[in-house]
Order: sequence, then C-alpha cells, then structure tokens
Amino acid sequence: MAEAKKTIDARGSFCPGPLMELIKAAREAKVGDVLEVLSNDAGSAKDIPEWAKKMGHTVLYVEEAEGYWKIAIKKER
Amino acid sequence: MTMRIVVLGGGTAGTTVANRLARALRPEIRRGTVEVTVVTDRDRHWYQPGYLFVVFNERPLEDFVRSERALLLPEVGLVVDEITRIDLERKQLISPQRHYPYDVLVIATGSYPDFQSVPGLAEVTYDFYTPQGAERLRDRLTTWTGGRIMIVQDVPHKCPAAPVEVTLMLDDYFRRRRLRDRVEIVYTYPIGRVHAAEPIADWAKQQFDARGIRYETFFNMEAVDPKRQVVLTMDGSEHPFDLLISIPAHKGAGVILNSGIGDESGFIPTDRHTLKMIGQDDVYVLGDATNLPISKAGSTAHYQAEVLVKNLVDRVRGLPETHLYNGKVACFLENSLEDASFIAFDYDHPPRPAATSQLLHWFKGMYNELYWLTARGLM
Ligand SMILES: Cc1cc2nc3c(=O)[nH]c(=O)nc-3n(C[C@H](O)[C@H](O)[C@H](O)COP(=O)(O)OP(=O)(O)OC[C@H]3O[C@@H](n4cnc5c(N)ncnc54)[C@H](O)[C@@H]3O)c2cc1C
Repeated sequence: MAEAKKTIDARGSFCPGPLMELIKAAREAKVGDVLEVLSNDAGSAKDIPEWAKKMGHTVLYVEEAEGYWKIAIKKER
Repeated sequence: MTMRIVVLGGGTAGTTVANRLARALRPEIRRGTVEVTVVTDRDRHWYQPGYLFVVFNERPLEDFVRSERALLLPEVGLVVDEITRIDLERKQLISPQRHYPYDVLVIATGSYPDFQSVPGLAEVTYDFYTPQGAERLRDRLTTWTGGRIMIVQDVPHKCPAAPVEVTLMLDDYFRRRRLRDRVEIVYTYPIGRVHAAEPIADWAKQQFDARGIRYETFFNMEAVDPKRQVVLTMDGSEHPFDLLISIPAHKGAGVILNSGIGDESGFIPTDRHTLKMIGQDDVYVLGDATNLPISKAGSTAHYQAEVLVKNLVDRVRGLPETHLYNGKVACFLENSLEDASFIAFDYDHPPRPAATSQLLHWFKGMYNELYWLTARGLM
C-alpha cells in the first residue's frame, strides 16, 4: 500500500472539520501524494470519500481505529 | 534577573493574554522580576466581527477601533514595530530597526485572507474581512440596483460562520430596502453541504430554502475571469456574477512565512493541549496563528488565553504547567439584522446551534461592547 506522505490529525475538529483540513492539505500537495486524515467526526467516513470522488481523487482506505477513523486519499489532479 | 515575556501581535489573542498576565503577575512586575511586552505593528486595534455591521451600514467603522495603548494595562509594555523575522535560536524578534530579546515568546500574529490565492480574484472581488473591504462593500451595496450576488469561499478562513451570516444578512438587508425581488443571492461551499459542521449546515439550509437563497455545493474555485465576470470551478463549469463577495483561503502572517517556522501556509505547528510550538519549550502560539484543526475565531483565542495565562504564571513561579486547552470555541450566528443563534463546542463535543432569538442578536450586539472588556482581561 502507498505510504501516506502527510497525516492530518483532525481529531477534535468539528468546525471547520476534517474534510476542510484535507482540502487545505490537498491544495498544497503534489499530484500522486497520499494524504491520510484522522478524524473522530462520524461524518468524515462519508464526507471525505464523497468529496474525493467528486474531485477525481482515489480513496485508498477508510478504516475504523479505536474511537476514530483513518481515511487516505491519493491526489490525482 | 528579569524574565522577559514578549507577546508578538496585539490583536485579540495577544492583547487578552498580555492583560491577563499583567493582572496575575502584578507582584512580580512591580518587583521587576517579570516584564510583559506586546510587540505589534500598529497602535490601532480592530474588532473584526464589527465589519459585518459596517457592510450593512448599521454602524460606522470607527465604532470598532480603539488605540492599543489604551486597551493595555499600564503594567504592559507596548512596542509598535513591524517584526520581519523571528530568530528562535538567538531568542529574539528582528525588525529593520531593532532586535528584541525574549525569554518566553507568545506568538499571536493572526491570519489573513490571501486574495492572490485564486488567479483573477483580486481584480474583481469585494470582501468584508478587511476594514477597507467592509466600507467598500457597504458603498457598493448602497448604490446597487439588482443582479446576481455570489458568495464564494475557500479554506482555511477565520470565523467559519461569517459567510453564512453575511448571506442571511444580505437577504434581510434587501428585503428592508424593498429590493429583494431584484437581487439573486447565490451562496457556495466547497464540500457536499452548505457548511462543514453538519448541525450548522442543517440550520443554514433551512434558512436558505425558506428565504429563496440559492446555494451550490462542491464549489471549488479555480480561477476568476474578471472581464467576463465568471468564476471557474474545478469541475470545469462557469458561474456568472454581477457582484462577487469572496472569503479566500487564509495564510499566516508574513513574518511567520519569512522566518520559516510555519507550514506551507504560514501556520505554526502547535501542541493542541499545551499550546507550545512543537519542539520549542519557550514559545507558545495562540489564536489564528496555530495550525490546530479548529475554528479560527476570537473566542478560540480567548479560551486559549485563559489556559496559557495559568501555565505562564505557574512557570514564572517555578510550578509545573498542568493546564490543558480542551479545544473550546463559541460563536454567535446572525440570522438576520434582528435575530441570532449561538453554538459552543470543543475537541470532544460537536456543535449544536441554539434556537434563534432576538435576545441572542441583542447579546451579539452587546458583545460588540463587551469585547473591549475581554481584551482588557476583565471577562
Ligand atoms: C468579518 C469577521 C467576522 C468575525 N466574526 C467573529 C465572531 O463572530 N466570533 C469570533 O469569535 N470571531 C470572529 N472573527 C474572527 C476573529 O476576529 C479572529 O479569529 C481573531 O481576531 C483572532 O485573533 P488573533 O489575535 O489570533 O489575530 P488578530 O486579532 O488578527 O491579531 C493579529 C495581530 O498581529 C499583528 N501582527 C501581524 N504580523 C505582525 C508583525 N510582523 N509584526 C508585528 N505585529 C504583527 C497584527 O497587527 C494584529 O494586531 C471574525 C473575523 C472577521 C474578519
């Protein structure tokens, strides 16, 4: 599996929220970079894949860890 | 030996922390064992949430400005100078004129909209995130005769709720002026709903639907064509406007970028509980300047200042620093020019908006005045 280039620890982020942290990181990342988000906001497991699909990025995994989710995307464009 | 505590940035966070420190450490300051100094680049202190009221011609800009010296307690030193570099190795702040050594540094340099972040944007956009912007938008609205107003935003930006507020206030403003039927209001948001926090999104969407405000989601700006007056989005579509109000992605202060101590956008890696800069024992970071994944808001700065002051007082007195910041944020949400809602949350508790009321609007108005007491460290 591709190794995360950057891990965004967005646990505790409800507003602006983990997806917003990811969008910020995605803007700064290069095409091909893998970004991993840690989130304890239940909505993230749905929001992040939905946004990634819409923007044409690949979702690598959505995993539940102890009390939080680990979600990774690969920037495609 | 005097312990020099230097606070860089005289905004909400810096002013509050300096005043609270001076009050708590009065005996030490009198004895000369501690010095608290604010270093900031201007002697004027703006209350930024006031800009919203300027836009709708409810209050003049002058109502939201004070002199920084007048806000600071006499025990706090003030230096007005623009710092160009922070030298963590030699423990000093550097300006073209002088060097300012410190023993303990508190960085509170804020965040700023970057109108250059989207090609073409700066040429046509109006804004309400800067004092000049608020006045310019006010003047434009007073002579507006109709057309499509588009609200566009990018992340990160301070006060995540302000774009929703300005949208709802625009609706009310044009209704009062009996122009609402000639104005199309289009609100946009980067993700799949109208606000990142689901409870705020649900509340705002209900308001938008009831009031005929259009909204577009997954709206990720790529460029603006100033000549044709269209916004181009990542999915390849074009969105025409007559008046564009933008809240572009923010950056940390220039001095952070210059000093190479922040991330790519100039936000400083900060411990979410102790508020220390990562890897530094003598440097703390407060307010918008941190890279913490929470709202950049005055209330955040305020709750952080409370925790930091306790720890700094313990530090001065040789005690361990045991107080931890829990991520607390609170925000008022203006629903119109007459009623408002309120939310509070922290690292462990998601936000839930309170029912809107005139009382909450009145309280937000009161807070415009109370702010000066919190900045003085009295509340
Ligand atoms: C329109 C609008 C509405 C808002 N509404 C709300 C609201 O309803 N509720 C809420 O909680 N928050 C709100 N906010 C956000 C709030 O104003 C900010 O989050 C808050 O001011 C952050 O405080 P700060 O001290 O981190 O930064 P600031 O208050 O911006 O202060 C930064 C300071 O650093 C100084 N500085 C920067 N660089 C240098 C340098 N190189 N040398 C010396 N000094 C320097 C600046 O002069 C400034 O004084 C709003 C903001 C806007 C724009």
